[in-house]
Amino acid sequence: MQFPILSIIVFTPIITGILILLIPAERKTEVRVTALAAAIFALALSIWVYFSYDIPAGGYQFIEKYSWLPQFGISYHVGIDGMSAPLVLLTGVVMFTGVLISWGLDDRPREFFAFLFILATGVFGVFVALDLFMLFFFYEIAVFPMYLLIAIWGWKETREYAAMKLTLYLFIGSVIALVGALAMYFTSGLGTFDMLELEKAGFSTDFQILWFPFVFFGFAVLGGIFPFHNWSPDGHVAAPTAVSMFHAGVLMKLGAFAALRVGIMLLPEGAKFHMGWIILLTLVNVVYGAYIAMVQTDFKYVIGFSSVSHMGLVAMGFATLNADGMLGAGVQMFSHGVMTALFFAVVGMVYDRAHTREIPRLGGFRKMMPLVTLAFIIGGLVSMGMPGLSGFIAEFPIFMGVWGTAPWIAIVAAISIVITASYIIRIIGRVFFGQVPEEFEGHITDVSVLDKVALVLLSAILIVVGIYPAIMTPLVESGVNNILRLLGGA
Amino acid sequence: MEIVSNYLLTFILFSPVVVALILMLLPRDQENLIRWVAFILSFIPLGLSIALWLGFNSEQPGFQYQEQAIWYAPINSSYHLGVDGISLTMVLLTTLLTPLAILASFGISDRVKAYMVLFLMLETGMLGVFLSLDLLLFFVFWEIGLVPMYFLINQWGSEKGERELWGGRKMSARNYASFKFMIYTMAGSLGLLLAIQMIGVVAGTFDLLKLYEVWPSLSQPLFGLPISTVKAIAFWAFVIAFAIKVPVWPFHTWLPDAHTEAPTAGSMILAGVLLKLGAYGFLRLVLPLYPEQSKMYAGALGFLAVMAIIFGALASYGQSDFKRLVAYSSVNHMGFVVLGIAAAAFATGTEDANIALNGAVLQMFNHGLSAAGMFFLVGVIYERTHTRNLNDFGGLFPLVPVYGGILIFTSMASLGLPGLNGFISEFLVVRGAWPIMSVYTALAMIGLFFTGAYILKGIKMVLHGPINEKWVGHISEISAREIVVIAPLLVLMLWIGIWPAWILNVINRAVMMFF
Repeated sequence: MQFPILSIIVFTPIITGILILLIPAERKTEVRVTALAAAIFALALSIWVYFSYDIPAGGYQFIEKYSWLPQFGISYHVGIDGMSAPLVLLTGVVMFTGVLISWGLDDRPREFFAFLFILATGVFGVFVALDLFMLFFFYEIAVFPMYLLIAIWGWKETREYAAMKLTLYLFIGSVIALVGALAMYFTSGLGTFDMLELEKAGFSTDFQILWFPFVFFGFAVLGGIFPFHNWSPDGHVAAPTAVSMFHAGVLMKLGAFAALRVGIMLLPEGAKFHMGWIILLTLVNVVYGAYIAMVQTDFKYVIGFSSVSHMGLVAMGFATLNADGMLGAGVQMFSHGVMTALFFAVVGMVYDRAHTREIPRLGGFRKMMPLVTLAFIIGGLVSMGMPGLSGFIAEFPIFMGVWGTAPWIAIVAAISIVITASYIIRIIGRVFFGQVPEEFEGHITDVSVLDKVALVLLSAILIVVGIYPAIMTPLVESGVNNILRLLGGA
Repeated sequence: MEIVSNYLLTFILFSPVVVALILMLLPRDQENLIRWVAFILSFIPLGLSIALWLGFNSEQPGFQYQEQAIWYAPINSSYHLGVDGISLTMVLLTTLLTPLAILASFGISDRVKAYMVLFLMLETGMLGVFLSLDLLLFFVFWEIGLVPMYFLINQWGSEKGERELWGGRKMSARNYASFKFMIYTMAGSLGLLLAIQMIGVVAGTFDLLKLYEVWPSLSQPLFGLPISTVKAIAFWAFVIAFAIKVPVWPFHTWLPDAHTEAPTAGSMILAGVLLKLGAYGFLRLVLPLYPEQSKMYAGALGFLAVMAIIFGALASYGQSDFKRLVAYSSVNHMGFVVLGIAAAAFATGTEDANIALNGAVLQMFNHGLSAAGMFFLVGVIYERTHTRNLNDFGGLFPLVPVYGGILIFTSMASLGLPGLNGFISEFLVVRGAWPIMSVYTALAMIGLFFTGAYILKGIKMVLHGPINEKWVGHISEISAREIVVIAPLLVLMLWIGIWPAWILNVINRAVMMFF
């Protein structure tokens, strides 16, 4: 039997979380060190998995399968392909940087890290699950701690409201998806939840057309698809920094990824039938999201809505159902995850010092925090799709894919690039350059070394993928080929 | 040395980035060290490109020193570099102007390190455009250059000045200018980006050498539209992106703001090299990829070029700000480049077309020299007087005779005085364009008359007239460092003016073989 590396990655966080709960609450340093050690361990393993995935061989690798509830056809079945490998790496990165950023958190760090790590296990689990039941299982594990994390440690003004809104939205979404999944289970007649088996179930076209929207939208709610995106900016803003990073960086990918894995890959005919109009919704996401971001005055809301816009591109890439679009969507999930984690980290650092996020009241932060400024500029350029950075590598093939299906949508969606550029430049100019307002004169200190490590790591990833896309794109391409095979070479 | 000669283009392209990384390691407060390291190491790309020039065989058709490596395999884009005579000239111009611009910025004392790093990154961005033989790679470098330029204008631009926006809100002039530069160029590139994506989808490759063969001969309908319509739309998407960069009237309005607010060295590079990117895009992409459309719309392009020449000259004459005057002169001079390109597009392959193209390419090089020189000289006097208003000057010649002599020399080169470089290239453009587009050429000659008018106006209002008591004792002669900056430019202006064969041979061969 091979080394169960995926299981170790999945269960490291939750076991660490339980261990952390055993540490006495007042020994905060021990809690933090334990959390950091686990995060480094998980990151190292996810890097190892990422680079040892055999691209020419393709398909699912590092597979582990154990019988779990054989009478219902449920097994513990995990494995990764070219689509999920970057997302596992992403989760490792965000977990590690999230711990670094939260080092200074003083309010019950023990419980905070424990919940955060339970969340991380859920996220890892969804990305590696090959069993539909397991996928739902991990999905709910990921959503539930979010409620507590936001409601307890969130921004005082809106945390109860946002936590409730987020949880209700996501639960309703997952229930709808679950109905679709059960329909698949019963109709297939195979008596299994194993997704590799269900892929071959040969559902009738009518069945697929009927159930695809349930599954797709049920999950895509978490991916922030219009018109169900409304929970996401509120949730992002109310969450504490590390949770926002997780939330926008990884959790939204969970929705997109599950919509792909369960919706498109299991019901390909349904996808082909419905994507023609779903792509219009994603267009609204992309352009309208960017526009709403542009008119916000709260720094964190700008970033929150920009996530809606960028995740719209992921959904748009999926909706093209062709090689280029899917490739771009796969890279965009990773790129946006890193970028938005960077953004929320920066927003958190600014807010911790200024105690306001109103853009007109901020200014001149480059003088106090030069490295943060540089990191935000790099993130901003990624967001604008500037060539040489990962955003371009991701967005370019998405647009190519859209050209292949609906040219005019590509043209309309491109407007979002200019809108994004204008709000990013405005923020850079207002928040980081310009005059320091008098109230901040002398009060603002630079960020800690740990914060800097996190920012440097995140920016470096964005640059490396942008300059040398060969480090990621062939891997994603192999995953895309797998999907295209199911779509019948479309 | 083997490795350097095998990967010469990569070394040229990335040596500025390496220098920038070295600078980042230097301590922030060692400003002089940073300046000198940046200046001396910026000779590495220059030295390498001189080696490239010497090793380049102008008789051999096609691209030389080609390199290809994996870059973005899933969408068939590769890291493919190569030079021909046209790009070689531009590479030389870029690597020559960068050390001079760095030397010209020794007066900068605010965040020297960041400034120099941005400058070197800008150099790599510009070189990348000239060296790329892959459409996607071209676009990557095309956009990358925007970022350092934005920050150079936004952070180190002139501190004075305010602009009132609609709605009455005020914003500092350099913020306004840099924002306008960025958004204008990005919006312009949007069409280019979409067209490149479309070409990639249709042709299945981004490699320029392959596209030259595949794309122009494509004939089946696309997206339910006739191929000629699709190509015409894509053609205009390319043209608008490049026309904004050149800039061609009526897309030029970002230019006076950006040039005026940029720091001196920024204006030198902006006018010297950045504008050439647009013209280079016409030569490298528009003409070979869209021969039919270019011919069909050459008249429109020629019209815009003539408008740029005439209105550029008139607008320049109307300025009272010295730097704005020089900025509009770029519109005027780049108009000749576009006129040459338009004429050549209309009659591709004829002798007249080749002459016009020769003129256009040489004019790109020459304008690089003279515009960089003029902006530098404006910067020299601004540093001493802290004003750019022509009405504040006058009668400076007796106070700064050496500066005055240099200013007149550079102005004359810009004006196109026979014996200096500008004359050769403008003559070639006019000679080539005359049989093809006689009316436009004739109108352009009227524009040339106004060129003389604004240049003489500039000289008169700065140097001549009764001695200006206001500046006696307040203005110092041009310094040795500043002379070192301008001297190579002056030498080249004279050299090309007297003996243009050394550079024209390379350009001419390239033009004959490429078109």
